[in-house]
Amino acid sequence: MPPSNSTVAENAPSKISFRLKGGLFPLTLLDLHHYTPDQLRQDLSAKVAEAPGFFQQTPVIIGFESFAGDFRDLPLLELQEILREYGMISVALKGANSSLEAQAQKAGLAIMPANTRATPAKEPLAEPEEEPEEEPKAKAEHEALSSAPTPPPVGIASKIISTPVRSGQQVYAPGGDLIVLAPVSAGAEILADGNIHVYAPLRGRALAGAQGNESAQVFCQSLEAELISIAGHFKLVEELKNEHWKQAVRISLQSQALCINALK
Amino acid sequence: MAKIIVVTSGKGGVGKTTSSAAISSGLAMRGKKTAVIDFDIGLRNLDLIMNCERRVVYDFVNVINGEATLRQALIKDKRCPNLFILPASQTRDKDALSQEGVEKVLLELADDGFEFIICDSPAGIEHGAFMALYFADAAIVVANPEVSSVRDSDRILGILQSKSRAAEQGKTVEEMLLLTRYNPERVAKGEMLGVEDVEEILATKLLGVIPESETVLKASNQGTPVIHDEDSPAGQAYADAVARLLGEEVEHRFIAVEQKGLFSRLFRRSA
Repeated sequence: MPPSNSTVAENAPSKISFRLKGGLFPLTLLDLHHYTPDQLRQDLSAKVAEAPGFFQQTPVIIGFESFAGDFRDLPLLELQEILREYGMISVALKGANSSLEAQAQKAGLAIMPANTRATPAKEPLAEPEEEPEEEPKAKAEHEALSSAPTPPPVGIASKIISTPVRSGQQVYAPGGDLIVLAPVSAGAEILADGNIHVYAPLRGRALAGAQGNESAQVFCQSLEAELISIAGHFKLVEELKNEHWKQAVRISLQSQALCINALK
Repeated sequence: MAKIIVVTSGKGGVGKTTSSAAISSGLAMRGKKTAVIDFDIGLRNLDLIMNCERRVVYDFVNVINGEATLRQALIKDKRCPNLFILPASQTRDKDALSQEGVEKVLLELADDGFEFIICDSPAGIEHGAFMALYFADAAIVVANPEVSSVRDSDRILGILQSKSRAAEQGKTVEEMLLLTRYNPERVAKGEMLGVEDVEEILATKLLGVIPESETVLKASNQGTPVIHDEDSPAGQAYADAVARLLGEEVEHRFIAVEQKGLFSRLFRRSA
């Protein structure tokens, strides 16, 4: 459920076959540092194992801004194929050169302009290897927009959900914290790259630090969860039931184990 | 403006059709022009509950396919002059419902001056259920006081708030919980989930609690929606629910264990 932040671009009569809308969607940037197919596969499978739910038909932008070495002859189709194997659908390139852009055209990928702001400030909490960023989705009118002034840089955005997260729903806050002000039902899954706060009973699955941030924490008003995970270290309901069940708690990762403390 | 209300649950057999029949009859009895549509294509039941199975000539799918007009397919209820039934097709399957077709029928009903359109959803979360809920302004989620039914209701509420037209337009669908087959004695014994438990899990406004009652089954078999049985607790509970649906404040009944008086004990009158 990507939240669309902007509104309808134009009010066309209802008979027209389409309507152009501007939208801001959270997208994952896969910032490629170097490329060998085998190692990429290996790294990807480790990453996907941390949050399997997240990497299902996830659109990603392939970034070349921190690529070490020459990427002129990088086999884009092969790279695309590998990403697809792990559930990621590449939608655009960012910071590529002209030879890659020619390949991108053949592969049907959009081109995103490189960052115009100075070297992106590294978010200290996030794992340096793979840093998600929010990017406007590649659109047909993209080229027209690229000349427009870039939007003011937003900090790592928190996602705030005020309606119940129901069984079967999945909410992900890429790059930031997730704050839920309503119950999270059994069978629901909430994920965040940062911390997770639930100001109501947490009955579903909560995965903080989904990209491997070990300092992420989970806070909830009533611990009734099926699973709590921080950076891939998890506890299931059987273990959770032993302490502070149905109490307000803070869960953090301490020496590779989840530590549950009551909130006073 | 017609108000489109879907009666849904996720799980089967919890009382969607019974509730659709009772609530649509109740609205009509209160003077509201009401249509009730059976979305359970291939497993037509509403006509039986409403006792109009022998009067079905054309159905919902015929109207969608342009083989009959809406006027030809609508069956006027014999008991309530304000109530019309649009039966499902028994010989087709759910794929016969197209989004455009359903929208066309709903718009035509609204143009015809219907104030309430009740969509009786099939069980499940597949195409038929999706079509029933897509255009809804409000949803009555029917649940029994047991965990699997509550879990499924939770799931359908999630689908409602993410996949419906209202959700796509950034609006929310009004949610109401109808708890059916409620047995206060069994709740007291801890064999059944209580109203508070279900309300807490689903975090949804309670429209009504229908007590478990043999009059419901009898009414279904006779083809008389139970709301017409004004002496039965279930009929009264549905009437209360309809009043709440119309914005009235009515206190919930039949939730606590009934203190049987000397009179009823002597005569062993069952509820």
